[in-house]
Amino acid sequence: MKNEWPLWEVFIRGQHGMSHRHVGSLHAPDAEMAIKNARDVYTRRNEGVSIWVVEARHIAASSPSDKGPLYEPSESKVYRHPTFFDIPDEVGAM
Amino acid sequence: MYAQMIKTAGTGVKSPEEMTEEERKFQARVDANEKIEPKDWMPDDYRATLIRQIGQHAHSEIVGQLPEGNWITRAPTLERKAILLAKVQDEAGHGLYLYCAAETLGVSRDELTEDLLSGKMKYSSIFNYPTLTWADIGAVGWLVDGAAIMNQVPLQRTSFGPYSRAMIRICKEESFHQRQGYDIMMKMARGTEAQKRMAQDAINRLWYPSLMMFGPSDKESVHSGQSMAWRIKINTNDELRQKFVDQTVPQAEYLGLTIPDENLKWNEERGHYDFSEPDWKEFFDVLKGNGPCNTDRLTARQEAWSDGKWVRDAMLAHARKKAAAKVAAE
Ligand SMILES: [Fe+2]
Ligand SMILES: [Fe+2]
Repeated sequence: MKNEWPLWEVFIRGQHGMSHRHVGSLHAPDAEMAIKNARDVYTRRNEGVSIWVVEARHIAASSPSDKGPLYEPSESKVYRHPTFFDIPDEVGAM
Repeated sequence: MYAQMIKTAGTGVKSPEEMTEEERKFQARVDANEKIEPKDWMPDDYRATLIRQIGQHAHSEIVGQLPEGNWITRAPTLERKAILLAKVQDEAGHGLYLYCAAETLGVSRDELTEDLLSGKMKYSSIFNYPTLTWADIGAVGWLVDGAAIMNQVPLQRTSFGPYSRAMIRICKEESFHQRQGYDIMMKMARGTEAQKRMAQDAINRLWYPSLMMFGPSDKESVHSGQSMAWRIKINTNDELRQKFVDQTVPQAEYLGLTIPDENLKWNEERGHYDFSEPDWKEFFDVLKGNGPCNTDRLTARQEAWSDGKWVRDAMLAHARKKAAAKVAAE
């Protein structure tokens, strides 16, 4: 059996209450070690207050060739953006 | 550079007519400054070249810990020791970011490590020189990290997404490295006569090896042309070397130290310093394995790998056992 430690993807929540963000990956034998390693590799300068790790093989990803079918439908729906509507200045803040 | 003499796969830049439909689309994306992500279609030669380049860059970060690690236990003060330890730890991090970027291209970490240990893949020539005195630690931070920054800053804009993101992280951390080195040099240069001599000796020995980091001139190289078209190389080696010299000369003057080059002088017309080329014969000799520390460096990596094997295996066995017990309990 190949004895390479599995690959983990690392997500970190920064200081200011934002969502966890993907920062990179690393190898570790298990989740506990992955978090410890992530602390050393990705938060040496106070970059985070919380770490998530997930084994890379558990991540399902959309395929680049689906870009069209997945995202084109939203391109024509400009009314989803507030700037689509002209509201007169007299109405005040909205 | 940290990646030197990377052999670009393929036969050089193709004209649009010579490209397949897929290659044309790919090149158009690169030209439009789009990032290429691991699952996107890419030419095999682009992939192969990037594995070599990012792999060698990663190896350089890892092996680069050795000359500096040499002084951690002998740093002159506790503060200097803590700083050097943090710097060397950063370099380990840089190696890890880059290995992960290379792995997204389909090579495994073990393959990369094995290719380093067998000598199939190289690391930067600079790390085959010894760090003989404490002043060398100053000179390495100032000159070697300084040269690395020259190359890494433009690479933040490289076409391959994971490589670009690794470079952005790395660049954020590099300026600490160069400044701590220059800080050591300032202390030495303003110190006793003996300290000044030590600082001058460090620059005497490390100046030309630092210039070699950029690799020999590649203005005419078809390989570099292709790497530039793919935007995995941004500047020619000569451009970066010139930039490095122009930036470094005034810094040496400020220290009151002399750059060991009789031909060094400001060229008003060019708006750059003229300077002597390093001894390229020495460079190729070091790459072949005949530098002062090649054997030491590779032996240290090989021992770290083989001595650590039981730890890696034991941790994995423990993790598998725990996972099996958890499944059994469910
Ligand atoms: Fe580095
Ligand atoms: Fe560095």
